[in-house]
Formats: sequence, structure tokens, C-alpha cells
Amino acid sequence: MGKTLAPRTLAEKVWDEHVVRSAEGEPDLLFIDLHLIHEVTSPQAFDGLRLAGRSVRRPDLTLATEDHNVPTLDWDKPIADPVSRTQVETLRKNAEEFGVRLHPLGDVEQGIVHVVGPQLGLTQPGMTIVCGDSHTSTHGAFGALAFGIGTSEVEHVLATQTLPQARPRTMAVNVSGSIPDGVTAKDLILTLIAQTGTGGGQGFVVEYRGQAIEELSMEGRMTVCNMSIEWGAKAGLIAPDQTTFDYLKDRPEAPKGTDWDAAVEHWSTLRTDDDAEFDLEIDLDASTLTPFVTWGTNPGQGVPLGANVPSPEDFVEETDQVAAEKALTYMGLEAGTPMREIKVDTVFIGSCTNGRIEDLRLAASIVEGRQVDPQTRLLVVPGSARVRLQAEDEGLDVIFKEAGAEWRGAGCSMCLGMNPDQLAPQERSASTSNRNFEGRQGKGGRTHLVSVPVAAATAIRGTLSSPADLEQI
Amino acid sequence: MEKFSSHTGVGVPLRRSNVDTDQIIPAVYLKRVTRDGFEDGLFAAWRGDESFVLNRPEYAHGSVLVAGPDFGTGSSREHAVWALQNYGFKVVVSSRFGDIFRGNSGKSGLLAAQVDDKVIGALWAYLEEHPGAEITVDLETKTIRAGDLEDSFDIDDYTRWRLLEGLDDIGITLSHEDDIAAYENARPSWKPATL
Repeated sequence: MGKTLAPRTLAEKVWDEHVVRSAEGEPDLLFIDLHLIHEVTSPQAFDGLRLAGRSVRRPDLTLATEDHNVPTLDWDKPIADPVSRTQVETLRKNAEEFGVRLHPLGDVEQGIVHVVGPQLGLTQPGMTIVCGDSHTSTHGAFGALAFGIGTSEVEHVLATQTLPQARPRTMAVNVSGSIPDGVTAKDLILTLIAQTGTGGGQGFVVEYRGQAIEELSMEGRMTVCNMSIEWGAKAGLIAPDQTTFDYLKDRPEAPKGTDWDAAVEHWSTLRTDDDAEFDLEIDLDASTLTPFVTWGTNPGQGVPLGANVPSPEDFVEETDQVAAEKALTYMGLEAGTPMREIKVDTVFIGSCTNGRIEDLRLAASIVEGRQVDPQTRLLVVPGSARVRLQAEDEGLDVIFKEAGAEWRGAGCSMCLGMNPDQLAPQERSASTSNRNFEGRQGKGGRTHLVSVPVAAATAIRGTLSSPADLEQI
Repeated sequence: MEKFSSHTGVGVPLRRSNVDTDQIIPAVYLKRVTRDGFEDGLFAAWRGDESFVLNRPEYAHGSVLVAGPDFGTGSSREHAVWALQNYGFKVVVSSRFGDIFRGNSGKSGLLAAQVDDKVIGALWAYLEEHPGAEITVDLETKTIRAGDLEDSFDIDDYTRWRLLEGLDDIGITLSHEDDIAAYENARPSWKPATL
């Protein structure tokens, strides 16, 4: 440890609290407070344990759920694809053999791992949280140091509850002003990624701060932190405050009674010291933000919804020009086309980026009393079974179905197209998810990343749109 | 893990930047529960194109991949590393790697060698002019050689040491079991548990 009185950033404080061992010329050995696992990146890790005759050191700090590879239709029946079924059954066997708590398909707590942790109250400020999934950065919204790991590291955490990690650099993203009406946390993070590029955050733990961040709900903060990895950051986090504490209070796994008081007292210290220095700072003025959408094949290739598809010549660097040309060809777009004229076949609302209850409420408020464009499909996939039940309690499912949308069970679904929810070749989507990579949502599929309001309005009009474009009802 | 000191093999020029792990291996290929058999999914979307570099016979047995910046960004899937290894790659050279991919490579014994952009450009030109030419990547000296080209590459010292020695990370950590136990005993009681 040895870090004492010098002013520190939030990330450094959380880091220092988790150092098990520190030695010159070696990475720090960090203790992991919570290890989340799912069916896709864990089977080989459990195999490794078996081969070496090792056990799970802390099953009580481990939680498994099924999300990436599960169907969102007929989830109460056996999984039709035998290979998918084997993978899910392998997780069930491993969880049983190693004594790990599992929320399987059909369980009320099943869902996308990054939706489940926060809603259970397991995700808390100041924790270290890892998962074999790059969107683990989502949990940083609570002031946790949370990052994605590979399967070898999953095995390492299972066996030791620690990870050797080189101390990252720190960055501040200062977001001043307020986000305008009709603009969301998603537009904020898409704008930031377009400015910095997909590698702009590489090697950094990023703290998002400033008025606009403080004004965000926990759901909005999760959306921002979720996409930290899309600009290459190791992790993204936000200092916990009253919004955080209010969200956590009375959640099933949140501290209770005097434990709650002790926890809040500690959490309140988790702020960057006034004179602490970041290795890098970036400023963004939230009041200038507008709905933002991607046109290309990485999350940094985005423009305001009101803009036109850019031309390769618009870029300075040769690699960016080549990338733009390839992206335009793949996406089947012509430079100069207004983004609003792009016709969309499928709208996907869901994922760990935008599949929480607040997202579904917002989407429902826009489609209510309207009809989905007859040539467009709207797929609504809740982030967890709890979110689905809550939405059904509030009648949101009826609103979606009456508008002509498909209402599904919980999972990652079309975000990565690992289950049957995929785009066909050349099919175009507007998606509230996080990646517009080539083939991400299905081989040959074309993805535009959008916010929830843009997704909902696009489903109604059939072309990329914001709610402001809709006829008043 | 096998020790890695130096490797010489056919270099493959992959003239692309931002090759994310979804492109290295799409999600539909991630359903296997073993660490092998992923070579079929490697660059699956591009393999159908006859002109794709791996479909050219001169490069078919390539073992050193030379790619543009931001290789291995995106998803944390270690399957991307396994797919490259299952195919026969021992080394990936790029001017910038996705963090998680680079970490996964080091754990699995695939050498991720980082070089300057200009070195990538020079290697691409050389490999395209001499299809099937070999590249030598020496981890002891952190140098990369192809024809008359010679330059250094970056890799963090700790990963380099582990690769050179072929060390198992978990074994190293478990040798500090006392430190872990001491840390555990001092954790606050209000920290959450799943059981």
C-alpha cells in the first residue's frame, strides 16, 4: 500500500484499498470483491480448475447468470440449439460442482449480468468487480472499479479471488452544463467516443464528473460507464452520491441497519480529492449535445442525427479515411445522405447499455398510441427477468404489443446475435446496444447505434428519427 | 504454458485497422466449451472472400500476423486469442492493441508485439512484395526482423518474463496465499456476499 497523504483520485482510492500485495517490477495483486460469471466465458476456466485440482476460493463472492446465449422466446422450454444448450448446461453443472450461486433461465433474478448485479444491490461503491465480459465497466456507475477480463483471468479469480494488475493511468472527463431535453446519456457517450476515437481511452481508468454527470440517474450513469470500453478505457467510474445511495437503499443485497450506516460513511469518502491530479483531462459541454447516431462500423464513427453521412475525405488521417471507406461499403451508405433518410428494417431496444426499466419506460412513452412502421420490426428485450416483470406490472408490455412490437424474455439477445435474435445479411438496424462492428448482430447485418428515444421514434417512422420528428398525438 | 523465446514464421499482412474481437471470431462461434476448435471461426466473415489474405496459398501457413492499429478491441472473449492460436499464429504485431486482448494473449502464450505505425507500414510492404516471407520475432532481445528490416517492439516486462519462463500466473499468485488470507481477514463485514 504505502499510499498515504498525497491527494488521490477516486480510482486510486479504490485501487489502494484492494492491494493485497505490491512489489517492485510486478503488477499489484488486487483483491476482487465480486466476480460475475456467465455461460460463454467460464467453461474453460472451470475446466482449468479441475485440471489443476483447484477449487473456487470464494464462492460467496461469485455470482453466475445465463445471458449471452439464451433464447428470448420459449425460454421455459429446453434450448433448441444443442450447442447453446450444452454451454448453458455446462454452466449449471459447474455452478453446482463448485458451489456457485446461479440464476438460470426461468429464475426471477436471471438476466444480463450487468443488469442483475446492480438491481440486486450487489454492485456497491468502492468495490472491485470483474466479469468475463468487456461491459463490466457498467458497474463503475456506482463508484466501483469494474472491468472486463478474459477466461484465463476468470480462472485466476475463481482460484485466488485476486488479479495481478498493472496500475493504470487516470483520466477525468469533465462534463459541464446540463444535458438538453430529448438528449440522453447515450448521446453523451456516443459523442465522446466520436471525439476521442475507439482507442482514445486506452490504458486509462476514466472518471466521468461534472454537473451533467451528477444530474444523471443511476440508469444513465450505467449507460455512460457501460460504453467506456468502446473508447478503449480500462474502466469508467462515477463518484457515489445521494443518487447512488437512494438507488441502493433496501435492495436485497445492500447493507442493512448499522451496516448501512457504516457503508454510507465509507462510501461518502469515495471522491477525488480537490487537488488530486489526473494524467489527462477532457472537457465536454453537455448543453451542446444533440441526438447522436453511428454511421460506420465502430462506435467512434458517429454524427449528430441531423448531419449527413460523412465522406472519407472528411477525415485527416489516412487510416481513418480507409476505415471510413470500408465502413461505408459495408454499411451500404453513400456519403452526403442525410442520416434521417436512412431506412431501418429492425429496431432493437435492450442490452446492458439500455435494457433497464427506465429505458423501457422512456421507449413506451414514445410508442404509446402510435404504430410501428409496417416495414419495420421493433424488438423489445428487457435486460433482466425483474425488468420484464416490472415492465409488465406497469403495463409497458401491452403498450409495446399494441404498437406492433415484439415483447421478449431477458438476455443479451440481438446485441451480439449469439442466440437466434440476429440480423439477416444487409438487414439494417437501429440498436440501443453498444457495438456496430461488422457482423456483430448477424453476418452482414448493418447496425446504427442510437439512444432509446431515437430507437423508439425510428421504429414509428421507419427511418432514423428523434421523437421531435413524430406527428403530435 | 510453453516457454516462448523466439519465433520465425511466415508473416501475414492484414491491412486493416480496428479489427475488433467480433471480427476475429464472431459470437456464433463462441459456443464451444473447450479451448480448441476455434480456427474455423477465425475471421469468419472474411474467409469466404477469395482475395482475403489467409486464402492466398503463400500466406496459408502464416504464423506471424501483422495488423493495423487497434487490433483486438471490443469484447473480452479470449476465444479470439484461441482462434488465432488454433489456426497456427504464434505472434500478432500491431501498433496498438485492445487492452483485454493484449492481456488475454499474455495469459495464453500468444505474443502481442507492439511496434510503431511506420514499422507496420514497412512490414506490410515487405510481406506483400515477398509473399510467404518469414518474420523473426525475438522476445529475448525484443526485436523483429524481416529481410533487411529490423526494429524493436514493446511488451511489458512482466508479461515478457512470464512468457520467457512459461510461468502459470495462478501458481505465482497462490505462492502469496498468506497475503490473500490476511487481506480477507481485514475486510469490512458489511461488504456484500452472494451466499
